[in-house]
Amino acid sequence: MSNAATQKRAFSAVLWDYLTTVDHKKVGILYLMGGGFFFLLGGLEALIIRIQLIKPENDFITAGLYNEMITMHGTTMIFLAATPLLFGLMNYIMPLQIGARDVAFPFLNALGFWLFFSGGILLNCSWFLGGAPDAGWTAYAPLSIQSPGHGTDFYVMGLQLSGAGTLMSGINFLVTIVAMRAPGMTYMRMPLFTWTTFVTSVLTLFAFPALTVGLFLLMFDRMFGSAFFDVALGGNSVIWQHLFWIFGHPEVYILILPVFGVFSEVLPTFSKKRLFGYSAMVFATFLIAFLGFMVWAHHMFTVGLGPVANSIFAVATMAIAVPTGIKIFNWLFTMWGGSIVINSAMLWALAFIPSFTIGGMTGVMLGSNVADYQYHDSYFVVAHFHYVIVGGVVFGLFAACHYWWPKMFGRILHEGMGKLAFWTFFIGFHLTFFIQHFLGLMGMPRRYWVFLENQGLDTGNLISTIGAFFMTIGTIVFLINIVYTAVKGEKAPADPWDARTLEWTIPSPPPFYNFKQMPLVRGLDPLWIEKTEGNGKMTPAEPLDEIHMPNGSILPLIMTAGFFIASFGFIYQTDHKAWLIALYAGMAIAIGCMVIRSLKDDLGFHISKEELEREAD
Amino acid sequence: MKGWMGKTKALLLFTMLSLFLTACGKENLTALVPKGYGAESSMNLIILTTLIMVGVFVVVMIIYVIALVRFRRKKGQEDFIPKQVEGNHTLETVWTIIPIVLVLIMGVPTVIATFDLADTSNASENINIEVTGNQYWWHFNYDGEEIVTSQDLYIPTGERVYLNMQSSDVIHSFWVPSISGKMDVSPENVNTMYIEAFEEGVYWGKCAELCGPSHSLMDFKVIAVSPEEYDQWLSDMQAVDPEQEPQDTVAQEGKELFEANNCMACHAIGSSPAATGPNLTNFGDRTTIAGILEPTKENLIDWIMDPESIKPGNKMTGAYPSVSEEEANSIAEYLLQLKPSEITPESAGN
Repeated sequence: MSNAATQKRAFSAVLWDYLTTVDHKKVGILYLMGGGFFFLLGGLEALIIRIQLIKPENDFITAGLYNEMITMHGTTMIFLAATPLLFGLMNYIMPLQIGARDVAFPFLNALGFWLFFSGGILLNCSWFLGGAPDAGWTAYAPLSIQSPGHGTDFYVMGLQLSGAGTLMSGINFLVTIVAMRAPGMTYMRMPLFTWTTFVTSVLTLFAFPALTVGLFLLMFDRMFGSAFFDVALGGNSVIWQHLFWIFGHPEVYILILPVFGVFSEVLPTFSKKRLFGYSAMVFATFLIAFLGFMVWAHHMFTVGLGPVANSIFAVATMAIAVPTGIKIFNWLFTMWGGSIVINSAMLWALAFIPSFTIGGMTGVMLGSNVADYQYHDSYFVVAHFHYVIVGGVVFGLFAACHYWWPKMFGRILHEGMGKLAFWTFFIGFHLTFFIQHFLGLMGMPRRYWVFLENQGLDTGNLISTIGAFFMTIGTIVFLINIVYTAVKGEKAPADPWDARTLEWTIPSPPPFYNFKQMPLVRGLDPLWIEKTEGNGKMTPAEPLDEIHMPNGSILPLIMTAGFFIASFGFIYQTDHKAWLIALYAGMAIAIGCMVIRSLKDDLGFHISKEELEREAD
Repeated sequence: MKGWMGKTKALLLFTMLSLFLTACGKENLTALVPKGYGAESSMNLIILTTLIMVGVFVVVMIIYVIALVRFRRKKGQEDFIPKQVEGNHTLETVWTIIPIVLVLIMGVPTVIATFDLADTSNASENINIEVTGNQYWWHFNYDGEEIVTSQDLYIPTGERVYLNMQSSDVIHSFWVPSISGKMDVSPENVNTMYIEAFEEGVYWGKCAELCGPSHSLMDFKVIAVSPEEYDQWLSDMQAVDPEQEPQDTVAQEGKELFEANNCMACHAIGSSPAATGPNLTNFGDRTTIAGILEPTKENLIDWIMDPESIKPGNKMTGAYPSVSEEEANSIAEYLLQLKPSEITPESAGN
């Protein structure tokens, strides 16, 4: 009885801890849980889409619901699953890799998470409140303006909220990397994952505002009677496409660059060799990011922008193959001459190389705009971006989970189940998407609720659906693995993989202050240097002294709740002006929290020297 | 032994061939068997880029497989520490320069083909057709011919036909994979593209931009006939008398119902350029009903009685008083008799 009572108290204490935390590690775990939840939701939507397309003229779901499904699948996977999962990893790992005790703005970090999460919840509320958005994840005007009901309003407000959160995290990471590196951690000694976090944050900083602007215009068109995208009133709907893709294309690199970073950690570790061509890799990352802003109109080759624009964007698009090729070859030559260990983390990394190369190849093929007149908006494109986003990003997330799980949770994921999940998912992935290249060329446009009989599309779609079930099984095995590992998993030492970077110099999981003493970094792969040239331990760069830590705060959660309530006010004030009360009340709560935050001094707390000494090494 | 080998070879060849053919998809729909100018331009670039990319993939995979096989850790090598190579400038240069060259090889023909396909300077000397995309059907107005059709687009083979396309509602995209790549049909402005079919045939067209619930049901056809047949079709269509009375009484009744129910408010018979609803002048010759159903009387009756169950979100639902099955039958009889021309999809070998 009393035991149960303590446990209950303990649970509420943990819950309170996570609701108020500003610790980058806990925020990271919250991101992973939130992103993981939405990943499963998006996966379920994908499965429903594939079941609908299992046979010609199927009536598993209605046309309207199908359009809601594809819209929510895309929106969820990009904004609510892939991005937050990566931001969770960056949050947790990046400060450890540069020897920092937290991110630069811990409060902002927590606020960023809660905004993302509430945005995701808001968007999904639409399912229960009259229907989800149905104009595609790209929400092209005028379809998105004419879309009846409140679905698209939820899309606008949900993405606005979660986008604000993402933008904050981007700024936070940038400042952290610029200002909080450990002594000796120069820019050109930073691990590649930190580099890609840095470049991704730059992309976030410049790309998300374009989306914000687009969403504001759409919001005003839908809710306040403006006509930015309404042709009949002198607006222009192509503007939406430009704004969306000026954000949307860099977003692809916001997703893929961090996993390039992951593979640049995993491949050297399990090849026991330093990353081949480190400086070329850093340079290539910047080049990809730069070119990523120059190619958005390749999503609009069929809009009718004219031959000059099409040619420029075609050649610029193909040019991205050059830095991406540099990366692929550098990874291959990292393996070359190494001592390669194949475990679950490495399997995902090894599977990434051919899978992503195929995605990159079709990317170049799509870049040739005359060929794109055939590929565009067909299943060929669907195949292409799933090869990039699943074969690249999702494989990278799985690799990162296996690689950093011991660091984050102190236990090693089960190898057998890890491999089983890998093989089912890997086979399922290629079954699902390879055939779609051909379906597209055989005349199947994307976003088709049904395909007709006798069009030669039956077999391909059936195979694709079978593949989706394999991927589902793989995901379920991975979930079981997580539960099993939490209960019975093998305890992890500080450095289970014989790895190379700073995060492996501290215990697994790390203490809340990360580094008792700032480490002195003597070069690239600091731990590896100490292992081969020193005693295997980092030399402290400072004497043992008090550590200053930030206080937790419930304000980010309350502030977010304010915005959340205000969003409902925005959405429903078009039906009845009484909803303006929700709008004003929500904004008052949010602004009130900002005022409190600004006026109340929070100096944080100190961990005493004695307390630190008591902790065993 | 040899006979057995030969048989196996023949069987193998046959399987490969049939696999190849099914892999290419349905004739007159697939982009992989181009039968028009635009589709051929695209196909040339598809082949060029695919070959180059597959070449790159093979190189990557060879290095990948060799690295994996040769450098996988073997028993007893647990303590082996490989040489920590920093990089290699020569290699970096090689794998930077070669892709740049490959990009140029793909880029130059792409740019040439782009300008070729966008060249509309000869439009005035050729056939021009106004194309209007609507939720969820297509409207075709032949410039200077006083001919309007919908869903089935008749064109002559071997001639460039310029399509001036605009949408009346949301964005659509005009795609006839076998003949040409796609171009968006947006409410903003007129997009012009030309198509040219090499041989006679009935080619499937699709809408390729999400436009609402029935986006996947917005099919249409391009019917390419010989230039002589096309001229014949033009004069037949121009000779249509919308007031002509049907022969039998059922169809006669249908015509009266068609007028009584005010179907003409949207559906013109004759050359009215209005695009409120599909023009029905040559409805009896259509390849499909509503773009997707077999052109049978039963299907037409179903469509007239409950269009919503066939094309969700269409604009015809609820736009007219409900009709009984008998009435629908009469209307169907009347509409299916609208066959003004001897040139039909069969003329194109359907």
